[in-house]
Amino acid sequence: MRFALALALLCLFVLAWQGVASLGSVDDLTLASPAETFDALRDDWSLLIDNARVTLVEVVLGLAISAAAGVLFAVAMHLVRPLRDAAYPLLVGSQAIPVLVLAPLFVLAFGYGIGPKLAIVALICFFPITVNLLDGLRSAPPELLKLMHSMGASRLRTLRSVELPAALPSLFTGLKVAATVSVIGAVFGEWAGADEGLGRLVLLGNNQLQTPRVYAGIVILTVMAVGLFALVASLERLACSWNRKETPA
Amino acid sequence: MEIEAEAPVTEPLSFQNLTRRYGAVTALSGIGLELRAQELTAVVGPSGCGKSTLLELVAGLQEPDEGTVSVLGATAPADRRAACAYMPQRDLLLPWRDALGNAALALECQGVARAEARRRSEPLFERFGLAEFEGVRPAGLSGGMRQRVAFLRTLLQGRPVLLLDEPFGALDAITRADLREWLAAALADQPRTVLLVTHDVEEAVFLADRIVVLSPRPGRVVADFEVRLPRPRSVTGTSFAEFKARALEALKA
Repeated sequence: MRFALALALLCLFVLAWQGVASLGSVDDLTLASPAETFDALRDDWSLLIDNARVTLVEVVLGLAISAAAGVLFAVAMHLVRPLRDAAYPLLVGSQAIPVLVLAPLFVLAFGYGIGPKLAIVALICFFPITVNLLDGLRSAPPELLKLMHSMGASRLRTLRSVELPAALPSLFTGLKVAATVSVIGAVFGEWAGADEGLGRLVLLGNNQLQTPRVYAGIVILTVMAVGLFALVASLERLACSWNRKETPA
Repeated sequence: MEIEAEAPVTEPLSFQNLTRRYGAVTALSGIGLELRAQELTAVVGPSGCGKSTLLELVAGLQEPDEGTVSVLGATAPADRRAACAYMPQRDLLLPWRDALGNAALALECQGVARAEARRRSEPLFERFGLAEFEGVRPAGLSGGMRQRVAFLRTLLQGRPVLLLDEPFGALDAITRADLREWLAAALADQPRTVLLVTHDVEEAVFLADRIVVLSPRPGRVVADFEVRLPRPRSVTGTSFAEFKARALEALKA
């Protein structure tokens, strides 16, 4: 039922898109219709997929780096109060950095390879992961921490048995946000300088006035982000089965 | 004081002139008390008389402003913690662990590996009729069941002194009655020195060997008497009612 509703809305959206694109007053160079986009997807399929594979690798690796660093930082900041106080403003600052401006500098420093893309994706994903996990680590009720203390638990035992499991749903919230923005990060990274990738292909298509190909690229990027989100969400259901919000039917 | 004369060299639990303040508020004032080994002492008092503070002081989670508290002769907070098993008001079970895993946490906190801790917790579940709930998570347990699991977690700490803070406070009347019979049987099976805090006089008379009544804030001892009733007890009968009336009178005074 949920799936059917989402599909119905999607169809409605595509219909509206087709409608607007068919208006005489809309320039074909600014808006490709769904039909044209579909043709581009079909005709350029192998080109699109080859480039999508490059972008997907950037996204997944960048996300993995970001998740590892985020977990490490959040746990360290949680355990060491002075570190938390000192690093929190920097953490917030990291999200305020305009990656669009930073990306070309990364390319200057690290070249056209995968390095700058990973750096951009990781930078953009680091904040939601770290901040959500930090909040989650503080979500265990104080009485429970007191009980652990009275039972003779060490700091690490409390972290392992109570604080980390309690923080898992928050970590997944961060990962879900990160999964969707990571694709944008990879596109920025490729725009700043790349030989391959969907972001570069879209930029090139824009310059060469191949509007349907640009839209085809956008569709694939969107599907990628939604797919990653769904993957993280199903991992969450596996890892946090105790935290089901919905009641079983 | 005849109690002092009879007491062994190291009482399991003793307070001397215990006072605890929070800013300008005095929660407990000049509490002097000695508990006897293997006895259940119920501390009864109106809300806000510092009952929970008293337990946290014993458990080594707080320090007194004046006076001393000693558990098995030890006064250092870490030694007090090591001698006591503290059961807070809320069950505080971990939602991601099943019942057995929750109880086994007590052993894991003492450095026992998870699988071994579960294995060692199992006999207790069987003994107290919880075997079929071992694999159930807290969300699938009733309030009474969760409290039983929380009590087993307390027992599994293997400490000589148990500190129970309104263990049935959040339950409905029928479940409460059920659970205090269960607790009485469990303690008959696994005797410990118990300090139970409650505002329920009937619960105190049903469970306790001795009742200590505290006054409203600042809490001080206004009555201290033994409940000489045969076990297992029943809430009906004139002698039960007499002890109940005695405690209620002291509360009103």
